[in-house]
Amino acid sequence: MSACSAYNDEKGGSSNTGEPEYGHDPASGGIFSSDYKRHDDLKEMLDSNKDSLKLEAMKRIVAMIARGKNASDLFPAVVKNVACKNIEVKKLVYVYLVRYAEEQQDLALLSISTFQRGLKDPNQLIRASALRVLSSIRVTIIVPIMMLAIKEAASDMSPYVRKTAAHAIPKLYSLDPDQKDQLIEVIEKLLADKTTLVAGSVVMAFEEVCPERIDLIHKNYRKLCNLLIDVEEWGQVVIINMLTRYARTQFLNPNHNESLLEESAEKAFYGSDEEETEEKDEKEEVAALAKRKPYVMDPDHRLLLRNTKPLLQSRNAAVVMAVAQLYFHLAPKAEVGVIAKAQVRLMRSHSEVQYVVLQNVATMSIKRRGMFEPYLKSFYIRSTDPTQIKVLKLEVLTNLANETNISTILREFQTYIKSMDKDFVAASIQAIGRCATNIGEVRDTCLNGLVQLLSNRDELVVAESVVVIKKLLQMQPAQHSDIIKHMAKLTDNIQVPMARASILWLIGEYCEHVPKIAPDVLRKMAKSFTNEEDIVKLQIINLAAKLYLTNSKQTKLLTQYVLNLAKYDQNYDIRDRARFIRQLIVPTEKSGVLSKYAKKLFLALKPAPVFESPFKDRDHFQLGSLSHLLNAKATGYQELPAWPGMAPDPSVRNVEVKEAVPEWTKCSSREKRKEKVEKPFYSDSEGESGPTESADSESELPSEMESGGGSESEEGGSGSGSEESDEGSESGKEKKKKPEKIKVRKTLPESAESELSGEEEKRKRKERKASSESSSEEEEESSSESSSSESESEEESESEPETKKKKKISLSKPVPKQPKKEISLLDLDDFIPTPSPQVTPINNIVSNSLATDLQGLSLTDSALSPTMISPSFSSVKTYELLHRITGEGLAVEYCFSRQPYSLDPHMVAVQIQFSNNTDTEAKSLRIQEPKLMSGMRMQEFPEIEVLAPGETVTVVMGIDFCDSTQAANFQLCTQTRKFYVSIQPPVGELMMPVFMSENEFKKEQGHLMGMNEINEKLTMGEKCQSDHAIVQRVTSAANLSRVPCGSDREYRFAAKTVASGSLVLVTVVTKEGMAAQLTVNCEKMVIGTMLVKDILQALSQ
Amino acid sequence: MIHSLFLVNSSGDIFLEKHWKSVVSRSVCDYFFEAQERASEPENVAPVIPTPHHYLISVYRHKIFFVAVIQSEVPPLFVIEFLHRVVDTFQDYFGVCSEAAVKDNVVVVYELLEEMLDNGFPLATESNILKELIKPPTILRTVVNTITGSTNVGEQLPTGQLSVVPWRRTGVKYTNNEAYFDVVEEIDAIIDKSGSTVTAEIQGVVDASVKLTGMPDLTLSFVNPRLLDDVSFHPCVRFKRWEAERILSFIPPDGNFRLLSYHVSSQNLVAIPVYVKHSISFREGSSLGHFEITIGPKQTMGKAVEGVLVTSQMPKAVLNMNLTCTQGAYTFDPVTKMLSWDVGKINPQKLPSLKGSMSLQTGASKPDENPTINIQCKIQQLALSGLKVNRLDMYGEKYKPFKGIKYMTKAGKFQVRT
Repeated sequence: MSACSAYNDEKGGSSNTGEPEYGHDPASGGIFSSDYKRHDDLKEMLDSNKDSLKLEAMKRIVAMIARGKNASDLFPAVVKNVACKNIEVKKLVYVYLVRYAEEQQDLALLSISTFQRGLKDPNQLIRASALRVLSSIRVTIIVPIMMLAIKEAASDMSPYVRKTAAHAIPKLYSLDPDQKDQLIEVIEKLLADKTTLVAGSVVMAFEEVCPERIDLIHKNYRKLCNLLIDVEEWGQVVIINMLTRYARTQFLNPNHNESLLEESAEKAFYGSDEEETEEKDEKEEVAALAKRKPYVMDPDHRLLLRNTKPLLQSRNAAVVMAVAQLYFHLAPKAEVGVIAKAQVRLMRSHSEVQYVVLQNVATMSIKRRGMFEPYLKSFYIRSTDPTQIKVLKLEVLTNLANETNISTILREFQTYIKSMDKDFVAASIQAIGRCATNIGEVRDTCLNGLVQLLSNRDELVVAESVVVIKKLLQMQPAQHSDIIKHMAKLTDNIQVPMARASILWLIGEYCEHVPKIAPDVLRKMAKSFTNEEDIVKLQIINLAAKLYLTNSKQTKLLTQYVLNLAKYDQNYDIRDRARFIRQLIVPTEKSGVLSKYAKKLFLALKPAPVFESPFKDRDHFQLGSLSHLLNAKATGYQELPAWPGMAPDPSVRNVEVKEAVPEWTKCSSREKRKEKVEKPFYSDSEGESGPTESADSESELPSEMESGGGSESEEGGSGSGSEESDEGSESGKEKKKKPEKIKVRKTLPESAESELSGEEEKRKRKERKASSESSSEEEEESSSESSSSESESEEESESEPETKKKKKISLSKPVPKQPKKEISLLDLDDFIPTPSPQVTPINNIVSNSLATDLQGLSLTDSALSPTMISPSFSSVKTYELLHRITGEGLAVEYCFSRQPYSLDPHMVAVQIQFSNNTDTEAKSLRIQEPKLMSGMRMQEFPEIEVLAPGETVTVVMGIDFCDSTQAANFQLCTQTRKFYVSIQPPVGELMMPVFMSENEFKKEQGHLMGMNEINEKLTMGEKCQSDHAIVQRVTSAANLSRVPCGSDREYRFAAKTVASGSLVLVTVVTKEGMAAQLTVNCEKMVIGTMLVKDILQALSQ
Repeated sequence: MIHSLFLVNSSGDIFLEKHWKSVVSRSVCDYFFEAQERASEPENVAPVIPTPHHYLISVYRHKIFFVAVIQSEVPPLFVIEFLHRVVDTFQDYFGVCSEAAVKDNVVVVYELLEEMLDNGFPLATESNILKELIKPPTILRTVVNTITGSTNVGEQLPTGQLSVVPWRRTGVKYTNNEAYFDVVEEIDAIIDKSGSTVTAEIQGVVDASVKLTGMPDLTLSFVNPRLLDDVSFHPCVRFKRWEAERILSFIPPDGNFRLLSYHVSSQNLVAIPVYVKHSISFREGSSLGHFEITIGPKQTMGKAVEGVLVTSQMPKAVLNMNLTCTQGAYTFDPVTKMLSWDVGKINPQKLPSLKGSMSLQTGASKPDENPTINIQCKIQQLALSGLKVNRLDMYGEKYKPFKGIKYMTKAGKFQVRT
C-alpha cells in the first residue's frame, strides 16, 4: 500500500484510503494546483484522529522528502503528532522533524518537551531514541538542553544510552563549537567506559571533536587494545586508525635502522651522487646511535600489533584495510608481510573495493616490494576488468618487477598490448618503459619491442611508443641511431601531436647521429609549420635552432624561414619563443654575451628522465585514508606524526590501582547504599560485554582478562618495570576483596552469572599469582601453545629477551592449567540454575560457549585428535631428475614442496620443474610406464602441451611411497624422446607435521616405547648452538612441526607419515657441552632408524 | 562521516536522497554526472570524486549508483563497505535491489537508512537487528496492514543491539530444526593461447542456512583444514579456537549468512575443470573470418560439467557471425559485439563445438587481438580444492537438528586468451 500511496500524492491520490476527493483530478493536479492546496488533504489527514490516516499522510510526506520535494509548509501539522501513540507515525514524524527543524526553528521548539520527557523514560531504548532525535535537531537555542542531556546520558547505567550520548557529541559540536571544552570532559568520561558498545562511538566522537588531545588516550590505551576484537566492525576501523596515530607519537620506530638503509639504497637508485654521500653520513651517524642503544619494542606497542592481527580475518574490507595500514606504519619490517595475503583477498571483492585496495597496494609495493612478490599472479589483468582497475594493476605489476620476474611480466605485458582497450594499451606501453629504465638487463629487449610497435596500425599505440622510446633513447642515444632514423620516417604518418613533438625533439637532440636526415626533416616541417599543433611548432623551432647551431650551412635559410613564420603565429608562446631564439642564435651586433654560449645552452647534456611511479612517496599520507587516495590533503585529515626520536614516558599508560578498583572496595563498606549504583555496573558492563570477551577469547586468557571488571590495575603493573612491588600489594588486596564479593553475590542474585566471569578470573589470577608469574610471561606461554607458528613465538622471545629468561625459569615447573579449568566449569554448573528469567538466553550462550571454548583449551581432551597443520618451515632442497645434457636440453628438477597434495591425502606432493634450454619447443611432456613397487601409487601431472624455448614450467605430482624410501621409477616422455628417471624421497619427506600439545605428545610417547623407541647419543656440530639453529636443522631434515615444551634443554617435534598416518615423535635433549641425546618414537621402525640417521647427520654437521 | 546519500539511476536521475546532517543541495551530483559522462562504461566511473567542498564516494550495483557525500577525511573503504552493506540490506528486504523496488518501498527504505546511520556513523547494520526494528514487507503483511492499519515498524523495541551476540535474535523458534551448509568454490583462472595455465586460484565460501531453535552453539570441522590458506569469518566465529585447533566454533545468526570465505593457496595444484580448443582467425584483406571453438571437460574428478556459458567480446570490426553449434544456442549482438553461447551440460562423448564464419567490416583492417573467451560453468557435488567437512556438532540445545552439506564448484573469472 505504501507503494501506491507514495506515488499518488501529487495527484491527490486518496482514492485508496476512502477519503473524500479533494477536488483536483489527476489530469490537472500536477500542473495547476498550487502547493498549499495540494497539501490541504495531507493536513486534514494529519489532523484526523485515526492513526491509519495519519500514517498514510506521513508516508506520503516522507516519500516527498525522499524525492527532494519541499514539504516544509506542513511543519505545524506534522509537529503536532510528535507525541502520537502509533510507533510508526512517531518514527516518521521524527524523520520529518530532523529534516526540517533547521528551517522552522521556532516551531521545532514545540516538540522539545516530548523528548525531554523521553529522556526520563525507564526504558533504556526510549531514552536512547529520545536523545538521538533531540541531538539531531539543529536548532541553536536548545544547545544548553542538549548539553545537559548528553551529560546525563553519559553517566546513564545503560551502555546503549551511553553509546547514544557518544554519538550526540559530534552533533552538538558541529552545532556549537564553543561547547568544545565541556564536550571534551564528557568524552574523557566515556573513554573510560569499559563496554565494547561504547568504545567505537566515543573514539569516533574523540576523532571529530578533539583529535589533538592524544593525552586522553594514555589511560585507556591498553583497554582499547584489549576490547578491540569485540567492538562492532565500524568502531574497529575508527579505533585502529586513531591508535595508529597514537602509536606514532608514543613508541619508537621499530625499523629505525632498516628504513634508513632502505631509503639510501633507493636514493642511490634514483638520485644523484651528491645525495647519496649525504645520506651515507647520516646513515653512519644513525648506525652509531643505534649501536649505543639497541632497540627494544615497548610491550604496549607489541600489544597493539598482537591484538589487531586477528582482525585481518574480518569480513569487513574497511577493517582489514585499517589493520593493514596499521601494520604498514607501525610494525617491524619482518612482520609487515602478514598483511599482503589479506589485501590480495580483498581484491576478490567489488570493483570499488578493488580500486581502493589497489591504490594502497601500489603505494606499499614501492616501499616493501618483497611483500607482494609471491602474489604477483593475482595482479594479472583480465579483459573484463574496468579500465581503472587495469591501470592500477599495471602499476602494481611494474612496481613488483625485478630481475628475476621481469621476463614473465614482460610476457604478460605483451598480451596486454594487444588489448582492445586503447587507454589500457597506452598505460601498458608506459609500464614497459618504466620496467626498461629500472631494470638495465631488459632495456634492449623492451626497446626492440617498442620499435616493433611503431608499425602498429593504431595511432595511439604508436604515439605512446614514440614518447616512451624517446625517454629510453635518452639513456644511451649513441647505439640507437637506426631507431632514430626509423622514427624520423614516421613523421610522415603520425598525427598525434605529442608523438610528433617527441620525434622532433629526438632528432634535434641527436642531430649529430643523423646528420643527413635532420635537415630534411626540418624542411618537411617548415612546409607544414602553419598546420601543426602548438606543441609541435615549439619543437620545430627548437629543432631549427639546434640545427642552426650544428649545421648552419645547410639550415640557415630554413631556420630563418621557420622563425619568420613563428613570429606571426597566433599563439603568443610561439611568438615569444621565436623572438627569444632569434636573439640567442643569430649573431647580430647587439646580442653579445649570450650568443657565445648558445651552443652550450641548447646542446647541453641532459640527464636521462626518471620514470617515477605516481605512487612514490604517497605513504606520507596515512594509508587507507581519503587523502592518500586523492594524493591531496582532505579537510579534517590528521597528519601521521613522525616517530619520536626519544621514547616518551611509557608509564603514562599505567592505570592507577585506585582508579580501577574503587567500585569493588567501596561496596563492601557501604554495601546497602551503593547497591543501586552497583547494579548497573554488574548487569551492564560485566553482564553484557564481559561474557563475550570471555567466550570469544578465552584462549588468550591473560590479555583478555584484563578487560573485565576491575582488573585494569594489574595490567598496568605488568607492563612497567616496577611490577614486583605493585603486584605484591595488589594480591594482598585481592585476598581482602574475596569475602566481600561473596556478600555481593548474595545481595544481587540476578547478577550471579555475570559476576561469575569476574569471579572465575579472580581465581585464575590468584593461581597465577601463586606461581609468581607476571602476565606477560604467561601470555607468551599461551601464545606459543595455542598458535602453532614457531616463528612468531621466536620473534616474540627475541624482541623481549628479558622476559625470556624469566620464562625459562617459570616454565620449568609446568603451570597447572588443568585444575583451573575444572574449577571454572564446576562453577558454571553451580550457577546455571539460578539466573533470572530475563537473562536466560544470554546465560545459556555464555555457559555453552564458555564450556566449548574451555573444552577446546583443555589439552588432554582425548576427543581431539591431533590436528594437522601446514608446514611451519620450508627450506626446500632441489634434486635433479634429468640433467640438461642427458635430457638433450631439457632439464628437470624436483623438490618436495611440503604442501599437502590436494587430490589424495596419502600422497606426497612432488614439485617438478621443467626448463627447456634448447631453441625448439618441447611438446607433450608427460609420464609413462611408471614402474612402482607394489602398493605404491602415482598421480601424474597433467600433460604439458608445449614448453617454449627458454621457458620454465612447474607442475606438481603426487606419489604414494607407502612410507618407504623406495624410489619411484618412471619414464618421462617428450614427443620425441623418453628418459628413464626415478624419484627417491629422503625419509624426512615421507611425513607431514601435526600439531599437538605437550600433554598429547607425552601421552603418545608413552604408547610408543620399547621397540618403537630409538635412542642415540650425539655431539652437536659447531654451528648448532642456538635454539634456532637446532630447530631449523631438524625441521629441514624432516617435515616436522615443533611441539611446545616446558624445558629449555628439550626440543620436541611431531609428524605423521603421509601414507599410513603413523605418528613420528622426535625429542632432542641437549646436555652439558656439545653432547645431546636424540630420541625417535615411531611405530615404523625402519622409518625411525632412517630418521635418526638423517637428523644425527643434520645436527652433528 | 557520511553526510548524504543520493541514489542515481543509469539515465542520471536522482530518485532518492537522504541527509543525515544538514541538507546538501543535490546540485553536488553534477560533478558526479560529469564523471559519469566521461566514463565509457558505468564501471569506469571513479569511486571517489573530489569536488570543491565535498567528496563523492559511489558504488555501482544493480544499475544504480549509490553516491555518498562526504565532507571530511574518512577511510574510503569505510564508506564503500557501508554502501555495499546498504545494497545487501535492500536486497535482503525486497528480494531485488532495483530502482522500482526502492521506489515502491520508499518509506521502508527511508526507515532503514535512518536506523543504519546516526549522524553519518553506522549504527545498526546487522540484518537481524534491522529486521527486529523494521519488518520486511511481504505481500501478506501488506494486505494485513491495509486492513488492520497496523504497521511495518516493530512494536517491540529491539533488544538485539544490547545482546552479546548482536547477530542473533533471542527467542527463535522452528518446528523443523535444520542447518544447511553450502561449500561453494570458484576457480579463477587465466589460460593462455597454448592451453597452459597463466594463473589459477580457488576462492571458496561456506554459506549457511541455519534454522535452529534457541541459542545453539555449533562446531564445524574440516577433514583437511590445512588447505585453507587465507580465511575471513563472519563475526560470530571464535577466532582463537580456529587459530588453535582449526575448528569453526560459533553461535550462528538466524537464517542465511556467509560463515567463511577462504582462499586455497595458489600453488600449481589447481585442477582446471574445462579446456577450450579454439581456432579464430582473421585474414588480411578478406571480409570473412574463421571461428571455431570446442569445449571439453578436463579434470573434473568424474563429475559432469553443467551450466556452461561461453561469452566473448568480439572486436569492433566484426559485423556479424554466422555460426552453427552442435549443442545449446548462441546469440551475437551486433551492437555490443558480444557473443554468448549457452551450452548447458557437457557430454564427454560428444564434445560441444561452435563454428562458422565472421563477416568483417569491409575495408577495416584486421583486428590485432583475438577475443578472450570467458567461461562460466558449474560442477555439482565437488569442491575442487578437495576441501571436505568432517563433522558438525551442536551444543547447548537438546533437540537433534537436521544437518546437510552440499558442495559445488563454479567457474569464477575463468578466461581463455586466444
